[in-house]
Amino acid sequence: MIVEATGLRKSYGPTEVLRGIDLVVKEGSVLALLGPNGAGKTTIVRILTTLTRPDAGVATIAGYDVVRESTKVRGVISLTGQYAAVDENQTGRENLVMVGRLMHLGRTAAVRRADELLEQFDLIGAMNRRAKTYSGGMMRRLDLAMSLVARPRVIFLDEPTTGLDPASRLTMWDAIGELVRDGTTILLTTQYLEEADRLADRIVLLDDGRITASGTADDLKAQVGGERIELHFADEFTARKAIELLGGHVVGQLVNLPSDGSAGHLLQVLDELRDKGLNPQRVSSHRPTLDDVFLTLTASPPSRPQTAPPTSQNQAGSSPALSA
Amino acid sequence: MSTHQGTGGAPSHRGTATGAAHRGTGAAPAHSGTVTAPTHQGFGAAVSDVVTMVERSVRLTRRNVDTLFVSILLPLLMMSLFVYVFGGAINTGTEYINYVVPGILLLTTGYGASNTAMAVADDMTTGMIDRLRSLPIRSFAVLTGHVTASVARNAVSTAIVILASLAMGFRPNASPVDWLAAIGLLLLYVVALSWLAAALGVIARSVESASTLSFFMLFLPYLSSAFVRPETMPAFLRPISEHQPITPVIEAVRSFLSGTPLGSNGWIALAWCGGLLAFSISLASVLYRRRTTR
Repeated sequence: MIVEATGLRKSYGPTEVLRGIDLVVKEGSVLALLGPNGAGKTTIVRILTTLTRPDAGVATIAGYDVVRESTKVRGVISLTGQYAAVDENQTGRENLVMVGRLMHLGRTAAVRRADELLEQFDLIGAMNRRAKTYSGGMMRRLDLAMSLVARPRVIFLDEPTTGLDPASRLTMWDAIGELVRDGTTILLTTQYLEEADRLADRIVLLDDGRITASGTADDLKAQVGGERIELHFADEFTARKAIELLGGHVVGQLVNLPSDGSAGHLLQVLDELRDKGLNPQRVSSHRPTLDDVFLTLTASPPSRPQTAPPTSQNQAGSSPALSA
Repeated sequence: MSTHQGTGGAPSHRGTATGAAHRGTGAAPAHSGTVTAPTHQGFGAAVSDVVTMVERSVRLTRRNVDTLFVSILLPLLMMSLFVYVFGGAINTGTEYINYVVPGILLLTTGYGASNTAMAVADDMTTGMIDRLRSLPIRSFAVLTGHVTASVARNAVSTAIVILASLAMGFRPNASPVDWLAAIGLLLLYVVALSWLAAALGVIARSVESASTLSFFMLFLPYLSSAFVRPETMPAFLRPISEHQPITPVIEAVRSFLSGTPLGSNGWIALAWCGGLLAFSISLASVLYRRRTTR
């Protein structure tokens, strides 16, 4: 296993950010750490990339200990963080050459490698412009290119597409897909289910510093069960009444229930609701998505609504981005 | 410029060759141990890291000319102000410009150092520091790069200020050895101040606060013998003025350039600069480590 972590713990002051994380990543595979903000995704990445020391636990990359052999680890990894780490007052080419030289490629090889990457990432036209004139998408591409200068064996991508427009996101996904085909190991964090579903071989679901589930996207969907019923109510109050009756979970006016997919179960649900005078406005039924996995296995369990006040900004449960 | 060619040399080309082979092939894992990684250890790599970081800082300075321009212009304006406006009223026993130039030189280094603090803070507060730290480089290369570029910037601005002062009528009375002594002392002072600025840049939470933190470096010269003799200050200020680090440095430079009595100022200045240098380097290292290993 090219990435191995056991029992990682980290606290910042009284806040426990990681409460015992075990991870393995197979060489050449893509692992997605999926979780809401504050789940601990970035902290895991910072520990694995030697930027932060764990309070407890051990992690190795390609057999090197991230604490004791950090320089060796840095020689085989690269990190693309949430914010483009690019010198805005250097040109794209200068940024790439600088990284090549800091990876000790030597000046000539660094220049050659920079030109290769500029071509690969479609930045040739902009290579002699200062990075601050780049669009958001170009900036991310340059950032990713800078991570690839020394052909790292493991690439860490911390929310690689957060804040990108849909077109730039697709371009990023293509670029990441190409790396995967080249056999690079990738560990990425994301709060977009679609991204994890599309890019990752394995998904680790993270909530509040703990791993709540892991497996392939299909494994996770299977854990949630056969079919899901979605009921849209006129208001959040009614929706909450409905889950007190039926279980399941609620996001805004939307109630999501497990089901066996039969017409009988659906009728039974609707009957129960009608008896209590809770009439949904719309009903739909679908195969479980990662959204369902996420909602079922993290955050708001069905028993919580009475204590937690309704959050009015959380509507539209089918939105791909969860910012819990 | 030609010296660092050899530092990364031989081992690096292997990586490129293997890499070029796998481009486009797709199927097989390209990284399964075939790439001979370039060496990241040793003196050569360390020198190369520092050289790369210095080149980066110099380039960023060149791209940010207005900041450099202001940090030269302001001392020149102060010099004009003191020489042409206030100077006539200040009795220093000599032509006022001959008195004030050493102080202006130290003021210039203050502006320079404040730029350094801001440049370091910019790296620390953006994603850049994570990028740099996830590379297999010596941790001191980042700050050393900034400090070296800072010294280079200061050398340029100091030279410009000296030339301007000569044009304005500054008439030093110094032998080549005196010049060397003055330049040497100023250099030591600039290196020490640059490290202090780097330390401030490391703890600053933003570029703006780095600029605020370095304010005292700009203020200290006014409470020294830079512009007026300390004897003319009120009793409560006089001890501060006489015993703060800048006064002996100014007095020593003044003595080298204009032949005023040196007394013990040379040694005191050296001691201050040496002490400040040792203190600032340790402070910067400790703060850097603390800021970056959380």
